[in-house]
Amino acid sequence: MKKEGAATRLRLAAGNALLGWLLPLAIVASWQAAAALELLNPILLPSPWTIVEEFAALASSGEMLHHLGISAWRALQGFVLGGGAGLLAGIWAGFSYRMERLVDPSIQVLRTLPHLVIAPLFILWFGFGELSMVLIIAKGAFFPLYVNTFLGIRSVDSKLFDVARVLEFRRKDMILKLIVPAALPSILLGIRLSLGIAWLSLVVAEMMGASSGFGYLIMDARSFSITSLVIVGIIVFALVGKLSDSLVKMLERRLLSWQDTYKAEAVKG
Amino acid sequence: MFKLMNNTKSEPLLLINDLNKIFETPGGRVEALKNITLTVNKGELLTIIGPSGCGKSTLLKIVAGLDTGYAGPVLLNGKAISGPGVDKGVIFQEPRLFPWMNVLQNIAGNLSLRDSGVRDRVHGLVELVKLRGFEKAYPRELSGGMAQRVAIARALLRNPEVLLLDEPFGALDAFTRVHMQEALLEIWEKNKTTMLLVTHDIDEAVFLGQRVVIMEPRPGHIRSILPVKLTYPRERSGTAFQDWRRTIMNEFEKVEGPAVDFGSHI
Ligand SMILES: Nc1ncnc2c1ncn2[C@@H]1O[C@H](COP(=O)(O)OP(=O)(O)OP(=O)(O)O)[C@@H](O)[C@H]1O
Ligand SMILES: [Mg+2]
Repeated sequence: MKKEGAATRLRLAAGNALLGWLLPLAIVASWQAAAALELLNPILLPSPWTIVEEFAALASSGEMLHHLGISAWRALQGFVLGGGAGLLAGIWAGFSYRMERLVDPSIQVLRTLPHLVIAPLFILWFGFGELSMVLIIAKGAFFPLYVNTFLGIRSVDSKLFDVARVLEFRRKDMILKLIVPAALPSILLGIRLSLGIAWLSLVVAEMMGASSGFGYLIMDARSFSITSLVIVGIIVFALVGKLSDSLVKMLERRLLSWQDTYKAEAVKG
Repeated sequence: MFKLMNNTKSEPLLLINDLNKIFETPGGRVEALKNITLTVNKGELLTIIGPSGCGKSTLLKIVAGLDTGYAGPVLLNGKAISGPGVDKGVIFQEPRLFPWMNVLQNIAGNLSLRDSGVRDRVHGLVELVKLRGFEKAYPRELSGGMAQRVAIARALLRNPEVLLLDEPFGALDAFTRVHMQEALLEIWEKNKTTMLLVTHDIDEAVFLGQRVVIMEPRPGHIRSILPVKLTYPRERSGTAFQDWRRTIMNEFEKVEGPAVDFGSHI
Protein backbone atom coordinates (compact mmCIF):
# COMPACT_ATOMS: atom_id res chain seq x y z
CA MET A 1 0.00 0.00 0.00
CA LYS A 2 2.68 2.43 1.09
CA LYS A 3 5.03 1.42 -1.69
CA GLU A 4 2.34 1.92 -4.26
CA GLY A 5 1.64 5.37 -2.88
CA ALA A 6 5.30 6.27 -3.19
CA ALA A 7 5.42 4.96 -6.75
CA THR A 8 2.36 6.99 -7.71
CA ARG A 9 3.86 10.07 -6.14
CA LEU A 10 7.09 9.52 -8.05
CA ARG A 11 5.22 9.13 -11.31
CA LEU A 12 3.25 12.27 -10.57
CA ALA A 13 6.45 14.19 -9.80
CA ALA A 14 8.07 12.93 -13.00
CA GLY A 15 4.96 13.89 -14.92
CA ASN A 16 5.04 17.37 -13.43
CA ALA A 17 8.70 17.78 -14.34
CA LEU A 18 7.99 16.72 -17.91
CA LEU A 19 5.10 19.14 -18.03
CA GLY A 20 7.52 21.97 -17.29
CA TRP A 21 9.65 21.00 -20.28
CA LEU A 22 6.74 20.84 -22.69
CA LEU A 23 6.42 24.55 -23.41
CA PRO A 24 10.12 25.32 -23.96
CA LEU A 25 10.49 22.27 -26.18
CA ALA A 26 7.51 23.28 -28.28
CA ILE A 27 8.89 26.79 -28.68
CA VAL A 28 12.37 25.56 -29.67
CA ALA A 29 10.86 23.06 -32.14
CA SER A 30 8.71 25.67 -33.88
CA TRP A 31 11.61 28.13 -33.79
CA GLN A 32 13.88 25.60 -35.53
CA ALA A 33 11.13 24.86 -38.04
CA ALA A 34 10.60 28.56 -38.77
CA ALA A 35 14.36 29.02 -39.25
CA ALA A 36 14.55 26.00 -41.59
CA LEU A 37 11.72 27.51 -43.66
CA GLU A 38 13.71 30.77 -43.77
CA LEU A 39 10.92 32.68 -42.08
CA LEU A 40 13.39 34.35 -39.70
CA ASN A 41 16.13 36.86 -40.31
CA PRO A 42 19.25 34.90 -39.16
CA ILE A 43 20.95 38.14 -38.10
CA LEU A 44 18.19 38.96 -35.65
CA LEU A 45 17.25 35.47 -34.61
CA PRO A 46 19.56 32.60 -35.54
CA SER A 47 18.20 29.08 -35.44
CA PRO A 48 18.53 27.00 -32.27
CA TRP A 49 20.97 24.76 -34.07
CA THR A 50 23.27 27.70 -34.91
CA ILE A 51 23.20 28.62 -31.24
CA VAL A 52 24.15 25.07 -30.25
CA GLU A 53 27.04 25.21 -32.70
CA GLU A 54 28.14 28.56 -31.33
CA PHE A 55 27.98 27.15 -27.82
CA ALA A 56 30.09 24.15 -28.81
CA ALA A 57 32.65 26.33 -30.56
CA LEU A 58 32.94 28.67 -27.60
CA ALA A 59 33.25 25.77 -25.19
CA SER A 60 35.83 23.82 -27.19
CA SER A 61 38.06 26.83 -27.90
CA GLY A 62 38.42 27.33 -24.13
CA GLU A 63 37.15 30.87 -24.51
CA MET A 64 34.03 30.13 -22.53
CA LEU A 65 35.93 28.84 -19.52
CA HIS A 66 38.36 31.74 -19.72
CA HIS A 67 35.68 34.43 -19.63
CA LEU A 68 33.51 32.51 -17.21
CA GLY A 69 36.44 32.15 -14.86
CA ILE A 70 37.14 35.87 -14.93
CA SER A 71 33.47 36.74 -14.38
CA ALA A 72 33.03 34.21 -11.61
CA TRP A 73 36.11 35.51 -9.84
CA ARG A 74 34.82 39.09 -10.00
CA ALA A 75 31.39 38.04 -8.77
CA LEU A 76 32.93 36.04 -5.94
CA GLN A 77 35.17 38.91 -4.83
CA GLY A 78 32.27 41.31 -4.89
CA PHE A 79 30.01 38.86 -3.08
CA VAL A 80 32.54 38.13 -0.35
CA LEU A 81 33.34 41.79 0.13
CA GLY A 82 29.78 43.14 0.00
CA GLY A 83 28.03 40.12 1.48
CA GLY A 84 30.60 39.82 4.25
CA ALA A 85 30.20 43.48 5.13
CA GLY A 86 26.41 43.08 4.99
CA LEU A 87 26.57 40.09 7.33
CA LEU A 88 28.74 41.93 9.83
CA ALA A 89 26.67 45.11 9.69
CA GLY A 90 23.50 43.04 10.04
CA ILE A 91 24.85 41.22 13.08
CA TRP A 92 26.02 44.46 14.61
CA ALA A 93 22.77 46.33 14.08
CA GLY A 94 20.83 43.20 15.04
CA PHE A 95 22.49 42.93 18.41
CA SER A 96 22.52 46.57 19.37
CA TYR A 97 19.64 48.99 19.21
CA ARG A 98 22.05 51.86 19.38
CA MET A 99 23.94 50.54 16.37
CA GLU A 100 20.67 50.10 14.53
CA ARG A 101 19.72 53.70 15.13
CA LEU A 102 23.18 54.81 14.07
CA VAL A 103 23.58 52.96 10.78
CA ASP A 104 20.21 51.70 9.60
CA PRO A 105 18.78 55.00 8.30
CA SER A 106 21.86 55.69 6.17
CA ILE A 107 21.93 52.14 4.85
CA GLN A 108 18.28 52.34 3.90
CA VAL A 109 18.94 55.52 1.91
CA LEU A 110 21.89 53.96 0.07
CA ARG A 111 19.86 50.83 -0.63
CA THR A 112 17.53 52.64 -2.98
CA LEU A 113 20.34 53.97 -5.19
CA PRO A 114 20.57 52.07 -8.49
CA HIS A 115 23.91 50.74 -9.73
CA LEU A 116 23.89 52.97 -12.78
CA VAL A 117 23.74 56.05 -10.58
CA ILE A 118 26.70 54.99 -8.43
CA ALA A 119 28.83 53.50 -11.19
CA PRO A 120 30.06 56.79 -12.69
CA LEU A 121 31.31 57.88 -9.31
CA PHE A 122 33.23 54.64 -8.77
CA ILE A 123 34.75 55.01 -12.21
CA LEU A 124 35.81 58.58 -11.49
CA TRP A 125 37.38 57.55 -8.22
CA PHE A 126 38.96 54.24 -9.10
CA GLY A 127 39.18 54.37 -12.88
CA PHE A 128 37.68 51.74 -15.01
CA GLY A 129 39.21 48.55 -13.71
CA GLU A 130 38.74 45.52 -11.53
CA LEU A 131 38.26 47.59 -8.39
CA SER A 132 35.30 49.52 -9.76
CA MET A 133 33.64 46.38 -10.99
CA VAL A 134 34.15 44.51 -7.73
CA LEU A 135 32.83 47.49 -5.78
CA ILE A 136 29.68 47.68 -7.88
CA ILE A 137 29.05 43.98 -7.28
CA ALA A 138 29.81 44.41 -3.58
CA LYS A 139 27.32 47.25 -3.35
CA GLY A 140 24.65 44.97 -4.79
CA ALA A 141 25.53 42.02 -2.55
CA PHE A 142 25.62 44.07 0.65
CA PHE A 143 21.95 44.87 1.15
CA PRO A 144 20.17 41.51 1.00
CA LEU A 145 22.57 40.00 3.52
CA TYR A 146 22.40 43.07 5.74
CA VAL A 147 18.61 43.19 5.80
CA ASN A 148 18.04 39.47 6.24
CA THR A 149 20.72 39.01 8.89
CA PHE A 150 19.29 41.94 10.83
CA LEU A 151 15.75 40.60 10.59
CA GLY A 152 16.87 37.07 11.44
CA ILE A 153 18.50 38.20 14.64
CA ARG A 154 15.61 40.44 15.62
CA SER A 155 13.03 37.74 15.04
CA VAL A 156 14.49 35.32 17.61
CA ASP A 157 11.50 34.09 19.59
CA SER A 158 11.38 35.94 22.91
CA LYS A 159 9.90 32.82 24.50
CA LEU A 160 13.05 30.88 23.69
CA PHE A 161 15.02 33.82 25.00
CA ASP A 162 13.29 33.41 28.37
CA VAL A 163 14.19 29.72 28.33
CA ALA A 164 17.83 30.59 27.68
CA ARG A 165 17.80 33.03 30.58
CA VAL A 166 16.28 30.42 32.90
CA LEU A 167 18.95 27.92 31.83
CA GLU A 168 21.61 30.57 32.50
CA PHE A 169 23.07 30.64 29.00
CA ARG A 170 26.27 32.62 28.90
CA ARG A 171 26.80 35.22 26.19
CA LYS A 172 28.61 32.72 24.00
CA ASP A 173 25.80 30.16 24.31
CA MET A 174 23.20 32.85 23.67
CA ILE A 175 24.89 33.59 20.37
CA LEU A 176 25.94 30.11 19.25
CA LYS A 177 23.06 28.03 20.57
CA LEU A 178 20.15 30.44 20.27
CA ILE A 179 20.62 33.46 18.06
CA VAL A 180 22.72 32.02 15.24
CA PRO A 181 20.58 28.90 14.70
CA ALA A 182 17.39 30.93 14.97
CA ALA A 183 18.65 33.50 12.49
CA LEU A 184 20.21 30.97 10.14
CA PRO A 185 17.21 30.43 7.83
CA SER A 186 17.02 34.16 7.30
CA ILE A 187 20.78 34.52 6.82
CA LEU A 188 20.83 31.73 4.24
CA LEU A 189 18.03 33.43 2.38
CA GLY A 190 20.14 36.59 2.45
CA ILE A 191 23.09 34.67 1.02
CA ARG A 192 20.94 33.35 -1.81
CA LEU A 193 19.61 36.80 -2.66
CA SER A 194 23.06 38.36 -2.37
CA LEU A 195 24.58 35.79 -4.71
CA GLY A 196 21.81 36.42 -7.20
CA ILE A 197 22.33 40.16 -7.04
CA ALA A 198 26.11 39.78 -7.28
CA TRP A 199 25.58 37.88 -10.49
CA LEU A 200 23.20 40.50 -11.86
CA SER A 201 25.49 43.36 -10.87
CA LEU A 202 28.34 41.63 -12.65
CA VAL A 203 26.66 42.17 -15.99
CA VAL A 204 26.11 45.83 -15.30
CA ALA A 205 29.75 46.19 -14.26
CA GLU A 206 31.19 44.29 -17.20
CA MET A 207 28.99 45.93 -19.77
CA MET A 208 30.32 49.34 -18.88
CA GLY A 209 33.47 48.52 -20.80
CA ALA A 210 35.43 45.59 -19.45
CA SER A 211 37.84 43.82 -21.77
CA SER A 212 37.15 40.32 -20.51
CA GLY A 213 34.39 38.34 -18.83
CA PHE A 214 30.98 37.30 -19.97
CA GLY A 215 29.46 40.73 -19.95
CA TYR A 216 32.27 41.87 -22.24
CA LEU A 217 31.71 38.83 -24.46
CA ILE A 218 28.06 39.74 -24.88
CA MET A 219 28.74 43.43 -25.54
CA ASP A 220 31.47 42.52 -27.99
CA ALA A 221 29.22 40.08 -29.81
CA ARG A 222 26.55 42.74 -29.99
CA SER A 223 28.85 45.28 -31.60
CA PHE A 224 29.66 42.72 -34.30
CA SER A 225 26.00 41.65 -34.51
CA ILE A 226 26.79 38.02 -33.67
CA THR A 227 23.33 37.34 -32.28
CA SER A 228 23.99 33.65 -31.65
CA LEU A 229 26.88 34.55 -29.35
CA VAL A 230 24.73 37.02 -27.47
CA ILE A 231 22.15 34.33 -26.92
CA VAL A 232 24.79 31.82 -25.80
CA GLY A 233 25.99 34.40 -23.31
CA ILE A 234 22.49 34.83 -21.97
CA ILE A 235 22.03 31.09 -21.61
CA VAL A 236 25.33 30.60 -19.80
CA PHE A 237 24.48 33.46 -17.46
CA ALA A 238 21.18 31.88 -16.62
CA LEU A 239 22.74 28.45 -16.08
CA VAL A 240 25.48 29.70 -13.78
CA GLY A 241 23.01 31.80 -11.82
CA LYS A 242 20.76 28.82 -11.35
CA LEU A 243 23.68 26.61 -10.39
CA SER A 244 24.91 28.91 -7.65
CA ASP A 245 21.39 29.24 -6.33
CA SER A 246 21.02 25.46 -6.23
CA LEU A 247 24.28 25.15 -4.31
CA VAL A 248 23.04 27.47 -1.57
CA LYS A 249 19.72 25.63 -1.54
CA MET A 250 21.60 22.39 -0.94
CA LEU A 251 23.47 24.03 1.90
CA GLU A 252 20.15 25.22 3.29
CA ARG A 253 18.69 21.76 3.20
CA ARG A 254 21.65 20.36 5.05
CA LEU A 255 21.88 23.09 7.70
CA LEU A 256 18.15 23.44 8.28
CA SER A 257 17.16 19.79 8.35
CA TRP A 258 15.57 20.45 11.74
CA GLN A 259 12.86 22.59 10.14
CA ASP A 260 9.46 21.14 9.33
CA THR A 261 9.44 22.52 5.83
CA TYR A 262 12.68 20.89 4.78
CA LYS A 263 11.53 17.44 5.76
CA ALA A 264 8.98 17.35 2.97
CA GLU A 265 11.49 18.59 0.43
CA ALA A 266 14.12 16.07 1.46
CA VAL A 267 11.62 13.25 0.94
CA LYS A 268 10.86 14.53 -2.51
CA GLY A 269 14.51 14.21 -3.38
CA MET B 1 17.50 11.30 63.48
CA PHE B 2 13.96 10.79 62.38
CA LYS B 3 12.93 13.96 64.08
CA LEU B 4 15.59 15.92 62.29
CA MET B 5 14.37 14.66 58.96
CA ASN B 6 10.89 15.67 59.84
CA ASN B 7 12.14 19.12 60.62
CA THR B 8 13.87 19.53 57.28
CA LYS B 9 10.68 18.46 55.60
CA SER B 10 8.72 21.42 56.86
CA GLU B 11 11.59 23.83 56.36
CA PRO B 12 10.33 26.82 54.35
CA LEU B 13 11.96 27.16 50.96
CA LEU B 14 9.96 29.95 49.41
CA LEU B 15 8.64 32.89 51.37
CA ILE B 16 6.28 35.39 49.81
CA ASN B 17 5.13 38.14 52.10
CA ASP B 18 2.51 40.67 51.07
CA LEU B 19 3.48 40.68 47.41
CA ASN B 20 1.88 43.29 45.17
CA LYS B 21 2.24 43.59 41.43
CA ILE B 22 0.78 46.34 39.29
CA PHE B 23 0.90 46.60 35.51
CA GLU B 24 0.77 50.13 34.15
CA THR B 25 -1.02 49.81 30.82
CA PRO B 26 -2.36 52.41 28.40
CA GLY B 27 -5.79 51.31 29.59
CA GLY B 28 -4.91 52.04 33.21
CA ARG B 29 -3.46 50.26 36.22
CA VAL B 30 -4.01 46.53 36.48
CA GLU B 31 -3.62 45.10 39.96
CA ALA B 32 -2.36 41.70 38.88
CA LEU B 33 -1.43 40.57 42.39
CA LYS B 34 -2.53 41.96 45.74
CA ASN B 35 -1.43 40.96 49.24
CA ILE B 36 -0.07 37.58 48.24
CA THR B 37 1.37 35.80 51.26
CA LEU B 38 2.49 32.24 50.81
CA THR B 39 5.07 29.89 52.27
CA VAL B 40 6.17 26.82 50.37
CA ASN B 41 8.10 24.11 52.20
CA LYS B 42 10.98 22.11 50.87
CA GLY B 43 9.78 19.09 48.91
CA GLU B 44 6.21 20.29 48.79
CA LEU B 45 3.94 19.86 45.79
CA LEU B 46 1.64 22.85 45.63
CA THR B 47 -1.05 23.47 43.04
CA ILE B 48 -2.46 26.89 42.24
CA ILE B 49 -5.89 27.18 40.70
CA GLY B 50 -8.02 30.11 39.69
CA PRO B 51 -9.87 31.67 36.79
CA SER B 52 -8.17 33.29 33.86
CA GLY B 53 -6.54 36.60 34.66
CA CYS B 54 -6.20 36.05 38.41
CA GLY B 55 -2.43 36.43 38.22
CA LYS B 56 -1.24 32.83 38.32
CA SER B 57 1.28 33.26 35.53
CA THR B 58 2.39 36.58 36.93
CA LEU B 59 3.05 34.98 40.31
CA LEU B 60 5.04 32.16 38.73
CA LYS B 61 7.05 34.56 36.60
CA ILE B 62 8.00 36.56 39.67
CA VAL B 63 9.17 33.45 41.50
CA ALA B 64 11.06 32.41 38.34
CA GLY B 65 12.85 35.75 38.36
CA LEU B 66 11.56 36.59 34.88
CA ASP B 67 9.65 39.59 36.22
CA THR B 68 11.41 41.75 38.78
CA GLY B 69 9.14 44.78 38.97
CA TYR B 70 7.11 44.06 42.10
CA ALA B 71 6.69 45.17 45.67
CA GLY B 72 7.14 42.90 48.67
CA PRO B 73 9.77 40.36 49.56
CA VAL B 74 9.93 37.10 47.64
CA LEU B 75 12.63 34.97 49.20
CA LEU B 76 14.06 31.68 48.06
CA ASN B 77 16.18 30.09 50.78
CA GLY B 78 16.09 33.43 52.55
CA LYS B 79 17.52 35.34 49.60
CA ALA B 80 15.63 37.77 47.39
CA ILE B 81 15.11 36.51 43.87
CA SER B 82 17.17 38.72 41.60
CA GLY B 83 16.73 37.07 38.22
CA PRO B 84 16.10 33.83 36.39
CA GLY B 85 18.38 30.87 36.95
CA VAL B 86 18.71 27.12 37.03
CA ASP B 87 17.75 26.93 40.70
CA LYS B 88 14.25 27.91 39.62
CA GLY B 89 13.25 25.50 36.87
CA VAL B 90 10.37 26.64 34.69
CA ILE B 91 8.01 24.55 32.59
CA PHE B 92 5.82 26.69 30.36
CA GLN B 93 2.50 25.77 28.84
CA GLU B 94 4.31 25.07 25.55
CA PRO B 95 7.45 22.92 25.74
CA ARG B 96 9.63 25.69 24.26
CA LEU B 97 12.29 23.33 22.98
CA PHE B 98 15.03 24.56 20.67
CA PRO B 99 13.88 23.26 17.27
CA TRP B 100 17.46 22.87 16.00
CA MET B 101 18.48 20.55 18.84
CA ASN B 102 17.58 16.90 19.27
CA VAL B 103 16.19 15.49 22.52
CA LEU B 104 19.58 14.96 24.16
CA GLN B 105 20.86 18.38 23.11
CA ASN B 106 17.68 20.06 24.29
CA ILE B 107 17.96 18.49 27.72
CA ALA B 108 21.66 19.36 27.94
CA GLY B 109 21.16 22.89 26.58
CA ASN B 110 24.31 24.85 27.36
CA LEU B 111 25.93 21.89 29.16
CA SER B 112 28.29 19.81 27.07
CA LEU B 113 27.25 16.28 26.19
CA ARG B 114 30.94 15.50 25.79
CA ASP B 115 31.22 15.69 29.57
CA SER B 116 30.55 12.11 30.64
CA GLY B 117 28.97 13.22 33.90
CA VAL B 118 26.43 15.35 32.03
CA ARG B 119 25.85 12.62 29.47
CA ASP B 120 25.11 9.99 32.12
CA ARG B 121 22.66 12.23 33.90
CA VAL B 122 20.94 13.21 30.66
CA HIS B 123 20.51 9.54 29.78
CA GLY B 124 19.19 8.87 33.28
CA LEU B 125 16.61 11.62 32.80
CA VAL B 126 15.63 10.28 29.38
CA GLU B 127 14.92 7.06 31.22
CA LEU B 128 12.99 8.89 33.95
CA VAL B 129 10.70 10.71 31.52
CA LYS B 130 10.37 7.56 29.41
CA LEU B 131 11.84 8.78 26.15
CA ARG B 132 14.25 5.92 25.46
CA GLY B 133 14.61 5.48 21.71
CA PHE B 134 13.91 9.15 20.98
CA GLU B 135 17.29 10.55 22.04
CA LYS B 136 18.15 11.73 18.53
CA ALA B 137 14.66 12.94 17.56
CA TYR B 138 14.07 16.61 16.77
CA PRO B 139 11.16 18.50 18.38
CA ARG B 140 9.12 18.40 15.18
CA GLU B 141 9.12 14.60 15.45
CA LEU B 142 7.72 14.59 19.01
CA SER B 143 4.14 14.63 20.21
CA GLY B 144 3.04 17.40 22.57
CA GLY B 145 3.32 15.11 25.60
CA MET B 146 6.77 13.88 24.64
CA ALA B 147 8.00 17.41 24.04
CA GLN B 148 6.72 18.49 27.45
CA ARG B 149 8.56 15.56 29.04
CA VAL B 150 11.77 16.76 27.37
CA ALA B 151 11.16 20.19 28.91
CA ILE B 152 10.70 18.59 32.33
CA ALA B 153 13.92 16.59 31.93
CA ARG B 154 15.74 19.75 30.87
CA ALA B 155 14.66 21.50 34.06
CA LEU B 156 15.41 18.50 36.29
CA LEU B 157 18.97 18.14 34.94
CA ARG B 158 19.82 21.41 36.70
CA ASN B 159 18.63 20.12 40.08
CA PRO B 160 16.34 23.08 40.67
CA GLU B 161 15.43 24.11 44.20
CA VAL B 162 11.93 24.58 42.94
CA LEU B 163 10.16 23.57 39.75
CA LEU B 164 7.58 26.05 38.47
CA LEU B 165 4.98 24.65 36.11
CA ASP B 166 2.53 27.00 34.37
CA GLU B 167 -0.37 24.93 33.05
CA PRO B 168 2.13 22.38 31.77
CA PHE B 169 -0.49 19.94 30.52
CA GLY B 170 -3.14 22.42 29.42
CA ALA B 171 -2.48 21.88 25.72
CA LEU B 172 -2.60 18.09 25.92
CA ASP B 173 -5.54 15.79 25.26
CA ALA B 174 -7.29 14.27 28.29
CA PHE B 175 -5.58 10.88 28.06
CA THR B 176 -2.07 12.27 27.70
CA ARG B 177 -2.79 14.75 30.46
CA VAL B 178 -3.72 12.03 32.96
CA HIS B 179 -0.65 10.08 31.94
CA MET B 180 1.58 13.11 32.38
CA GLN B 181 0.11 13.87 35.79
CA GLU B 182 1.01 10.36 36.90
CA ALA B 183 4.48 10.70 35.42
CA LEU B 184 5.02 14.01 37.24
CA LEU B 185 3.88 12.50 40.51
CA GLU B 186 6.32 9.64 40.01
CA ILE B 187 9.15 12.10 39.42
CA TRP B 188 8.18 14.11 42.47
CA GLU B 189 8.11 11.03 44.68
CA LYS B 190 11.52 9.94 43.37
CA ASN B 191 13.30 13.31 43.43
CA LYS B 192 11.33 15.18 46.08
CA THR B 193 11.69 18.35 44.03
CA THR B 194 9.60 21.23 45.34
CA MET B 195 6.95 22.00 42.77
CA LEU B 196 4.49 24.83 42.14
CA LEU B 197 1.98 23.87 39.50
CA VAL B 198 -0.56 26.26 38.03
CA THR B 199 -3.69 24.77 36.53
CA HIS B 200 -7.22 25.50 35.35
CA ASP B 201 -8.32 22.00 36.10
CA ILE B 202 -9.76 21.14 39.53
CA ASP B 203 -9.11 17.45 38.98
CA GLU B 204 -5.47 18.13 38.32
CA ALA B 205 -5.19 20.42 41.33
CA VAL B 206 -6.65 17.77 43.64
CA PHE B 207 -4.87 14.84 42.06
CA LEU B 208 -1.42 16.44 42.44
CA GLY B 209 -1.47 19.02 45.21
CA GLN B 210 -0.56 18.48 48.83
CA ARG B 211 -2.08 21.91 49.19
CA VAL B 212 -4.27 23.72 46.72
CA VAL B 213 -4.01 27.51 46.51
CA ILE B 214 -7.25 29.05 45.27
CA MET B 215 -6.94 32.43 43.61
CA GLU B 216 -9.44 35.04 42.48
CA PRO B 217 -9.11 37.90 40.01
CA ARG B 218 -9.55 41.67 40.09
CA PRO B 219 -7.32 42.17 41.91
CA GLY B 220 -5.49 38.85 41.85
CA HIS B 221 -5.38 37.49 45.37
CA ILE B 222 -5.41 34.23 47.31
CA ARG B 223 -8.89 33.26 48.44
CA SER B 224 -7.88 30.21 50.42
CA ILE B 225 -5.33 27.46 50.78
CA LEU B 226 -6.66 23.95 51.26
CA PRO B 227 -4.53 21.02 52.42
CA VAL B 228 -5.68 17.92 50.53
CA LYS B 229 -5.43 15.20 53.12
CA LEU B 230 -5.27 12.20 50.79
CA THR B 231 -2.46 9.73 50.31
CA TYR B 232 -0.79 9.20 46.95
CA PRO B 233 -1.58 7.77 44.50
CA ARG B 234 -5.03 9.26 44.61
CA GLU B 235 -8.00 7.42 43.23
CA ARG B 236 -9.88 9.84 41.00
CA SER B 237 -13.13 7.92 41.16
CA GLY B 238 -12.97 7.45 44.96
CA THR B 239 -15.50 9.28 47.11
CA ALA B 240 -12.78 10.99 49.16
CA PHE B 241 -11.35 12.48 45.97
CA GLN B 242 -14.77 13.61 44.85
CA ASP B 243 -15.35 15.23 48.24
CA TRP B 244 -12.18 17.29 47.89
CA ARG B 245 -13.17 18.23 44.41
CA ARG B 246 -16.52 19.45 45.65
CA THR B 247 -14.92 21.36 48.51
CA ILE B 248 -12.82 23.32 46.04
CA MET B 249 -15.73 23.84 43.71
CA ASN B 250 -17.72 25.24 46.60
CA GLU B 251 -14.94 27.72 47.24
CA PHE B 252 -15.47 29.04 43.74
CA GLU B 253 -19.20 29.01 43.88
CA LYS B 254 -19.06 31.50 46.69
CA VAL B 255 -17.71 33.83 44.03
CA GLU B 256 -19.97 35.11 41.26
CA GLY B 257 -20.31 33.03 38.12
CA PRO B 258 -18.56 29.93 36.88
CA ALA B 259 -14.94 30.78 37.44
CA VAL B 260 -12.95 27.84 36.24
CA ASP B 261 -13.17 24.77 34.09
CA PHE B 262 -14.90 22.36 36.44
CA GLY B 263 -13.98 19.61 34.06
CA SER B 264 -16.05 16.78 32.76
CA HIS B 265 -13.58 14.17 33.88
CA ILE B 266 -15.00 10.88 34.97
N1 LIG C 1 2.82 42.13 30.53
C1 LIG C 1 1.63 42.57 30.97
N2 LIG C 1 1.24 43.83 30.79
C2 LIG C 1 0.08 44.27 31.25
N3 LIG C 1 -0.81 43.51 31.91
C3 LIG C 1 -0.51 42.23 32.12
C4 LIG C 1 0.73 41.69 31.67
N4 LIG C 1 0.78 40.38 32.00
C5 LIG C 1 -0.37 40.13 32.65
N5 LIG C 1 -1.15 41.22 32.73
C6 LIG C 1 -2.46 41.32 33.39
O1 LIG C 1 -2.32 40.81 34.68
C7 LIG C 1 -3.44 40.01 35.02
C8 LIG C 1 -2.98 38.61 35.37
O2 LIG C 1 -2.44 37.97 34.24
P1 LIG C 1 -1.88 36.49 34.30
O3 LIG C 1 -1.33 36.19 32.97
O4 LIG C 1 -0.98 36.34 35.45
O5 LIG C 1 -3.20 35.65 34.54
P2 LIG C 1 -3.38 34.08 34.64
O6 LIG C 1 -4.00 33.79 35.94
O7 LIG C 1 -2.12 33.40 34.33
O8 LIG C 1 -4.44 33.81 33.50
P3 LIG C 1 -4.56 32.55 32.55
O9 LIG C 1 -5.20 31.50 33.37
O10 LIG C 1 -5.47 33.02 31.46
O11 LIG C 1 -3.21 32.20 32.07
C9 LIG C 1 -4.36 40.03 33.81
O12 LIG C 1 -5.36 40.98 34.07
C10 LIG C 1 -3.49 40.49 32.70
O13 LIG C 1 -4.24 41.25 31.78
MG1 LIG D 1 -1.42 32.13 32.71
